[in-house]
Order: sequence, then structure tokens, then C-alpha cells
Amino acid sequence: MKVDQISIFLENKPGKIEHVTRVLRDAGINIRALSLADTSDFGILRLIVNDTVRAEKALHEAGFTVRRTAVVAVEVPDRPGGLHSILEALLEREINVEYTYAFVERSGENAIIIFRFDQTDEAIEVLLKKGFNVLPGDKLYRL
Amino acid sequence: MIYNEEFETLPSEALEALQLKRLKQVVERVYHTVGFYRRTYENAGVVPEDINSLDDLRTLPFTTKDDLKDNYPFGLFAVPMSNIVRLHASSGTTGKPTVVGYTKRDIDTWSVLMARSFAAAGLTKNDIVHNAYGYGLFTGGLGAHYGAERLGASVIPMSGGSTKKQLMILQDFGPTAICCTPSYLLHLAEQGRVMGIDVKSLNLRVGILGAEPWSERMRDEIEKRWDIKALNIYGLSEIIGPGVAMECLEGRSGMHVFEDHFIVETIDPVTGAPVPPGEEGELVFTTLTKEACPLVRYRTRDMSRLIKEPCRCGRTLTRIARLTGRSDDMIIVRGVNVFPSQIESVLLGIEGLRPHYQLIVDRRKELDTLEIQVEVGEEIFSDEVKVLQGLERRIARDVKDYLGVTAAVKLVGPGSLERFEGKAKRVIDKRRI
Repeated sequence: MKVDQISIFLENKPGKIEHVTRVLRDAGINIRALSLADTSDFGILRLIVNDTVRAEKALHEAGFTVRRTAVVAVEVPDRPGGLHSILEALLEREINVEYTYAFVERSGENAIIIFRFDQTDEAIEVLLKKGFNVLPGDKLYRL
Repeated sequence: MIYNEEFETLPSEALEALQLKRLKQVVERVYHTVGFYRRTYENAGVVPEDINSLDDLRTLPFTTKDDLKDNYPFGLFAVPMSNIVRLHASSGTTGKPTVVGYTKRDIDTWSVLMARSFAAAGLTKNDIVHNAYGYGLFTGGLGAHYGAERLGASVIPMSGGSTKKQLMILQDFGPTAICCTPSYLLHLAEQGRVMGIDVKSLNLRVGILGAEPWSERMRDEIEKRWDIKALNIYGLSEIIGPGVAMECLEGRSGMHVFEDHFIVETIDPVTGAPVPPGEEGELVFTTLTKEACPLVRYRTRDMSRLIKEPCRCGRTLTRIARLTGRSDDMIIVRGVNVFPSQIESVLLGIEGLRPHYQLIVDRRKELDTLEIQVEVGEEIFSDEVKVLQGLERRIARDVKDYLGVTAAVKLVGPGSLERFEGKAKRVIDKRRI
């Protein structure tokens, strides 16, 4: 039920993200979701793409520092309290969220939230038990 | 004023005779008491009896910082530890420092040389000396301290740092002389300005400045901002510490080498061949009187030239010109000697870190800054910001712990460091000294 995410180290300089998107375009990779974490001198670009293996290879060959991480994608009803109900469930088990980002799926009905947890397997177990729709990677890549 | 009139104004024949007598003694002594010298001289096919003139010194092999490293910590000591009363250390080229020892007589000699240096700056027992050189393993603090006491002056043992407190003491105690690095004195002026202190109105009359390269431009600025005379002092711990050579107040043009205790040569750093006076070369020193760690033909890696012309102060001692650079990759950051190889060994001490780095040295608000740019490889990369920031902090902390220098650490992407002809350029020095 995990989703593969690619993280890329970026220097905080003009043209760095453009370089990543250029490499992905040239490799024919489609980006499903992304988030950029930044500090004063560097950033970490996190991507979910349609073909993780090929994207990772292309970026690596272009000289980027790349890492694959397992994240969890949860479908949340697009209404008040949607995200809260997920976090409430996780709090009971003291599972920590390292970071999170969201996007809306193509139909526009539901939001998909990407989570990076300190205990990925436990988090999935809790979410499934509580009846949340945890999206498997395959489904996300094909969105 | 000349502290040791007799020795500082010797006619050249008398000085050379004294140097030759002492040179023979020191070569004899190291040959018989230091295994390293015995082996080196045997390999070179020389014996102490070969030294019959000062020119014969050139037949002896050089001693280098690597030799000190190979014999770390005490291998080059010529006396047993029971005769050593003090140990000092400076930056080595790797994780280990370069260690020097002093006998009671060495401390005495050093104190006299520093007293001579202060006297050359016009100081007497009536002066108050604000000593802002660091106290500790670094020779600057204690060297200046003992010299000022020997002269009979009153010493304020400030050591480095605590800029606001330094300014308070400068105002309240009214010292007439200050010892520190030239860039720190400019920093003090700047801080003083910010705090609304008119540093020109203080009692300060003279600065005895060293431990880092500086320029005539900096001298002008220091003299203008403080309304003092700024003088250049030279030394390195391997030779004895500060007080190897000192500029005089009268001449203010080159530092007099205390040649009754040291022989100075200049050489071509590549071939090792002697370079005539007036031309730039690497300074090489032989200690003539040191007991604990005598060094013969020690390569300083400092580039300068010898000035043989007489000086108006009356000293007959050869002068060395302001240093123009280094013949190795050592950099001096806020008076602390830093070798890129030291940084490298700190980085290699952190698991997963590749030794791909670059040092950016700059000067902001008169203070040197050191930035260490380190490439982030996949072994150590994390998708979490806090992990990478933790890595930056760890590198900065380790560099501070091992080298004693504060550095800003910046993580960079692979391949982004400047390379020259495929070879990494380790240091980018943006300072305009």
C-alpha cells in the first residue's frame, strides 16, 4: 500500500528546478504530485511520477542526488474535517508525520494527501482499520 | 628603544661569527640527540663536522611540517620531558596538531625576544599592554604575555573574543598598546563605532599586530581609525612563536629578524635553491639557541623577501618584508591556521560523507568568514529537511571542535563545486587584504 516518492536535492539557485523538469520531460516522465521543502540554502523536491524507476535513473544520470522514499497516499473527502479525521486516528498511536502535501485528483471530487510517517507500516494499518481509503502506488502512478 | 643593544646592533662580521658558532653547536646537538636528524643527515651523507661556514648550512636537508607530523607528538624533542616546562601546538596538515616544547631557558629566550619586539614598538615598563591574542595552545597569547612582563610593562591578559568586554577594558584600563590580529583590531574599531565609542580618543598608542597576512592598505586604515601606529610582528610556533621578527617604530618597513637566535634564508619553493636578498622566496629558519625543539632549515611556507639594507633604527638585523602569501594551501582565518586537509579529515570522520568540498573565505565587517560547501551524495541524502540541517550543524560543530574555527556549512549538489582542469579547487579566497 506504499507509494514510491523520489526526493531530489536542490541547491537554492535559479535554474535548478527547471533542470529537473527538463530531465523528466526528456525522459517522457509525467509528474503526478510534487512538493518543495526549502531552507535558506537548499531545497528538497519530492515527486510522485508515473514511472519511478525510469525517473530515478534519468535524474541520477543527470547528476542529481536522488533518493526513493516510501510514502502513504490517503484519499480524503473534500470537506471540512477531512484531514483532521486522519490525523486524529494517527495521534492515538503516536505516529508522527514528518511532512505532508496534498493534491486534488482529476475528477475533482476528492483530495489525495501524501504523508511521510516515522512508522509507515503502522500508519497504514491504522488508516485501513479506521476505514480510510489508502491508495496503492500503482493506482496513483496511473492517475 | 633597543632592548638588547649589544646583540641587535652587532656588526655583520661579529654576528656571522656568533651565528656560525651557534650553528655548529645546534647541528652537533640535533645529530646526537634527535633520531630524525641523525637519519636524515646520514641519508644525505653529511656530518656536523662538515659545517665550517654559514654557507655550509645549505648542504643540510630541509625540515618540514610533514617531518613534525611524522614524529608527532614529541619525536623531534632534543631534551627529555623532565626538562620541558611548556608545550604549545599549532595546526597540522591533518587532524593532529604540530607540537612544540620549551625548556625553562627557551621560555626565557622567547620572553626576551618578545621584550625586544615590544621595545622596538617603543614600549617601556611604563606601558599597559592589552593582550588580545588567544591564550592556550596557540603561542600568541602567552608569548606576548611573557614578553610584556619581561619588559616590565603591565599586561592585561584579555585573550580573544568578547569584543564588547574588550572595548570596555580599552576604555576603562587605558592600555597604551594592543596585541591582536590586524583584522580583529579593525573589527574592534567597527564595534566601537556601533557602540558610539570614539576609539581615537583612547590612550592606545601602538598596535603589535600579526598572526595573519595583512597589507599597507590595512595598516593605513588601522592607523586612521584608531590614531595609533600599527606594527607588524612575525613568528610561528615551530620556530618559537611570535617574536621571530619585529618591525621597528622608526623604520616601519620590514621586520627585523633576531638573527642572534635564528638564521633566515629564502629559497625557491619548487627547487629549494637559494633566492638572493631582495627577491621573493619561501622563508626558511634555523633556530640557533632553542634547546627543546631545535629546527634546522625549517620550511615555513611563508613567502617574503630579505631586506639587507641598513635601517634607520640602528639595528643591524636583516629584515623580512611583509608576507606575500604561502607556498602551500594553508589559509589563516581569524588568526587560526587552517589546512584544507584538516577539514577533509573532519568530513571523512562523518559516515557517508564524501570528501567533496570547497572552502570559501571572505571578510565581512572586518572579520574573516569561512564557508564550507559540501557535496551531498546519495549515501547521506535524506528527504527530510531536519536530517540535512542536522548534518550541517554536525559538520560545523566538528570543525569547531577539531580546528577551533567557526565555519558556516552549506550543502551543495553533486558536481556543483568549481573545478579547474578536472581538479577540485579547494579554497576560494575572496578577501581583499
